[in-house]
Amino acid sequence: MSVLERQQEAGHATRSPVINDFSLVVATANGTGSQTANLTLLRSFFKMGIPVHGKNIFPSNIQGLPTWYHIRVSHEGYIARKPSEILVAFNPVTAAEDIQELPAGGVCLYNADLKNLPKRDDLVFYPIPVSELIAGVDVPVKRKPYIANMAYVGVVAWMLGVPLEVVEEALGAQFGYRQKLVESNLQVVRRAHEWASQNLRKQDPYRLEPMNKTEGLIIMTGNEAGALGAVFGGVSVAAWYPITPSTSFMDALREFLPKLRKDENGKPTYTVIQAEDELAAAGMVMGAGWAGARALTSTSGPGISLMAEFVSYGYFAEIPAVIWDIQRVGPSTGLPTRTSQGDVSFAYTLGHGDTKHPVLFPSSIEESFEFGWKSLDLAEVLQTPVFVLSDLDLGMNNWMGRPFDYPTEPLQRGKVLSATELEALGGFARYKDVDGDGIPYRTLPGTPHPLAAYFTRGSGHNEQAQYSERAEDYERLMARLARKFDTARNLVPAPAIEQHPSARVGIIAYGTTRYAIEEARDRLAQQLPTSFLRLRALPINQAVRDFVAAHERVYVIELNRDGQLHGILQNEMPEYATRLRSVAHLDGLPLTAEWVKTRLLSEEAGL
Amino acid sequence: MENPMPSDRIPLKLNAVGLSKKDYDGAASTLCKGCGHNSISSQIVQVGYELNLRPHEIIKLSGIGCSSKSPAYFLGMSHGFNALHGRMPSVATGALLANHTLKAIGVSGDGDTGSIGMGQFKHLMRRNVRMVYIVENNGVYGLTKGQFSATAEEGLELKYAGQNEFPPVDLCMEAIIAGAGFVARSFAGDAKQVRELIKAALSFRGTAVLDIISPCVTFNNEDDSPKSYGYGTKNEKPLHELGFIPFAKEIQIEPMEPGELRTVKLHDGSLISLRNLDADYDPTNKLAALERLIRAQETGEFITGLIYYNPTRPSLAEVEELDTPLAQLSPEQLRPGREKLEQFLQAYR
Ligand SMILES: Cc1ncc(C[n+]2csc(CCOP(=O)(O)OP(=O)(O)O)c2C)c(N)n1
Ligand code: SF4
Ligand SMILES: [Mg+2]
Repeated sequence: MSVLERQQEAGHATRSPVINDFSLVVATANGTGSQTANLTLLRSFFKMGIPVHGKNIFPSNIQGLPTWYHIRVSHEGYIARKPSEILVAFNPVTAAEDIQELPAGGVCLYNADLKNLPKRDDLVFYPIPVSELIAGVDVPVKRKPYIANMAYVGVVAWMLGVPLEVVEEALGAQFGYRQKLVESNLQVVRRAHEWASQNLRKQDPYRLEPMNKTEGLIIMTGNEAGALGAVFGGVSVAAWYPITPSTSFMDALREFLPKLRKDENGKPTYTVIQAEDELAAAGMVMGAGWAGARALTSTSGPGISLMAEFVSYGYFAEIPAVIWDIQRVGPSTGLPTRTSQGDVSFAYTLGHGDTKHPVLFPSSIEESFEFGWKSLDLAEVLQTPVFVLSDLDLGMNNWMGRPFDYPTEPLQRGKVLSATELEALGGFARYKDVDGDGIPYRTLPGTPHPLAAYFTRGSGHNEQAQYSERAEDYERLMARLARKFDTARNLVPAPAIEQHPSARVGIIAYGTTRYAIEEARDRLAQQLPTSFLRLRALPINQAVRDFVAAHERVYVIELNRDGQLHGILQNEMPEYATRLRSVAHLDGLPLTAEWVKTRLLSEEAGL
Repeated sequence: MENPMPSDRIPLKLNAVGLSKKDYDGAASTLCKGCGHNSISSQIVQVGYELNLRPHEIIKLSGIGCSSKSPAYFLGMSHGFNALHGRMPSVATGALLANHTLKAIGVSGDGDTGSIGMGQFKHLMRRNVRMVYIVENNGVYGLTKGQFSATAEEGLELKYAGQNEFPPVDLCMEAIIAGAGFVARSFAGDAKQVRELIKAALSFRGTAVLDIISPCVTFNNEDDSPKSYGYGTKNEKPLHELGFIPFAKEIQIEPMEPGELRTVKLHDGSLISLRNLDADYDPTNKLAALERLIRAQETGEFITGLIYYNPTRPSLAEVEELDTPLAQLSPEQLRPGREKLEQFLQAYR
């Protein structure tokens, strides 16, 4: 049966066009270079001015190593995950299942070399004769599988109406404008496009039309943005141990530092050490922070557990450190390539005996950049370990954003006494609350003054940093640390609040769940108007309390099973414990607006 | 007192940087009277005074244990960091990356280094972080009351711990294999050797490991125990008579007689003189050093001295091309300009 016949047999009635509002999923086998093709599509849509977002969803250990790249375009600017209507089926192992998952009216573009695909009358099928299209293209045999992916780029461009010049530009950006690579790839795109226009008839309603909604924006991953923020925050010692999904944070840091942080003589103003494990990475960061360098590490949940004793030590000995946790699911392998917000309560109180740490929650690449530099300021100002809790979804995927604002404040190095100041003061007590904000003064090793030195230890100490197990000394220390934490409440990034004038229901969330929530709120605008407080950090301040006070019910939405932030908020505001309701969920995938909407409605209906 | 002022009341003999020996003291020791660790502390004080060290240029670090408490008891005018059990190496690495111009003295125990901290110890030496790393080795966990450590001899019987069933870890062998270029063994009862070794180690540009047998008088000091005072005093077998000659005095050394007096040049031009006591021992030969250690282990010989020396590896700070200490960078060096950010983001449009 010819392609055209098969299409006619499907007999789709012409539907009204769906413009700039759909999701597309590319299913390929890992390691075939499909990422380049996918990012070329993403960038093409972006360059057409259409709001777009791409998510790579990849299980860590399944035969055939499938990966699914989801691209959502939305003229309204929604970028949360949404089930796809369009499938590019290029992975023989998953194709059958992928096709079954499409909604009625969906589209399947498939590699014509795939055999025995399931038939469905309610879909539009477009074949892509990959072998034929790449035959004779002048590239080394080794690169053939890579350029094969360009065949779907060409056919998707035809199907959606993406001008070839746009694809060319996107490819250029993707390959860093290395002309030869661009050319060989483009050759396949053009061939595929031409073949499609001659041999296929468009039968689906999905189309792209240029807009101007991405003008001036950038596309970047959260890990890149966070690393860039750290570069502009003056990070000078970074220590790490590889773990998905945080590895690309350090990859980015190691790529950016040499470009941006050489001194006048070309010498590095930084060092990045791959430690023997996360425990050592944390130790290096503590040592560096103690000695006066801006230091950070990045890891994921399993690494956080190895850092526990050092983080606890950093709390008691009051040592600045920044720890990025790109959250994933579970211990050991867990679901290492799946996103979650599962480390919130663990990170917040990590340690032994009444430890609490500032925790920042970036939700976008702009905030990843901002918290990248701000966390280093906070750690030194507060003299304590500071967590930045990102997640796999934000860290590893590409997101649109405004070009980052240059840091609004100069570097803040905190209360560090110089030799001259020591001389004027006639000495200092390392752990004394001189200013009433709970934050003591410190000196750095190497300070040329006989009164600069002090002894740092995790065990009990008095204000002079002398060993002490006296009850009064310990209580005093703990009370001051609590006071310091209160100071932190108004130093950490404040929540972003959208107060609805008449809403009785409020939502509190943090990090990347915001996209599904924002979309759901819009869809519920009539039926269930809500206010939204997006928490950007712990500990909470008065604004959070006021927000809860102003609503009858507040749903705390998060990506874990037990409602970890919900528990923390209940603890912090026992007076509102019953007003705070947990809406928590984790299946390893980012939330969808549909899920949020349905859950909120059923919660409200069940009242 | 933990932060003693330079004493200006009593007329004391001052060294070249205007400090008395007392200025190198720390707080009063809380360790048991007679503990080997105390003798090592007092040699560190002596070295500070004799070498005219500026206390603010030194950091002292430790893990956890009786031994690791000791940095509080020397060099009170130097910054100290009593870290986590077995994790001093990573803290030292970080601190010395932040400021590679500091001189670091680390004190650890055989439990702290040979068990919980073995991994970090090995990686410290692999990276060749410049520091003096002293293991106060007593074969037991003093602080937790006398359990066997990994350096205890096989078959050793102790009142509390019972009989040790496993062969010992030899920290000098571990150090040589891990790439340390300055590896010595000594005995807390041999004050002069300890002192000269610490002096030489301070001039070494890399990790200098001193495995010092330091008797625990409370849990492991019966005369028949190889880590006791009695045994050490009777059986210590120095490989050589060892002296440290600071750079400035270089001209004073006597001409060498091969086979008898050997000198080893340290990075800063200082010398170690070694007068052989063991048949023609050559500490620059790695295989010979390992062989000698293995032989000593087999025969139960208590050899001491500079066991291995190789100054050729670059230190971590050199590998990382550190220049201005990272802790002393200016705000301009730490934060690139506004235009750099704008330029950089162009590629992401
Ligand atoms: C993580 C951790 N585990 C266990 C301990 C308990 N602990 C304290 S000191 C010590 C052993 C110290 O032995 P060693 O290093 O030989 O020092 P010594 O007291 O003999 O000088 C142990 C196990 C601890 N402090 N931290
Ligand atoms: S218990 Fe042993 S190691 Fe600890 S202080 Fe006493 S003698 Fe020294
Ligand atoms: Mg011991």
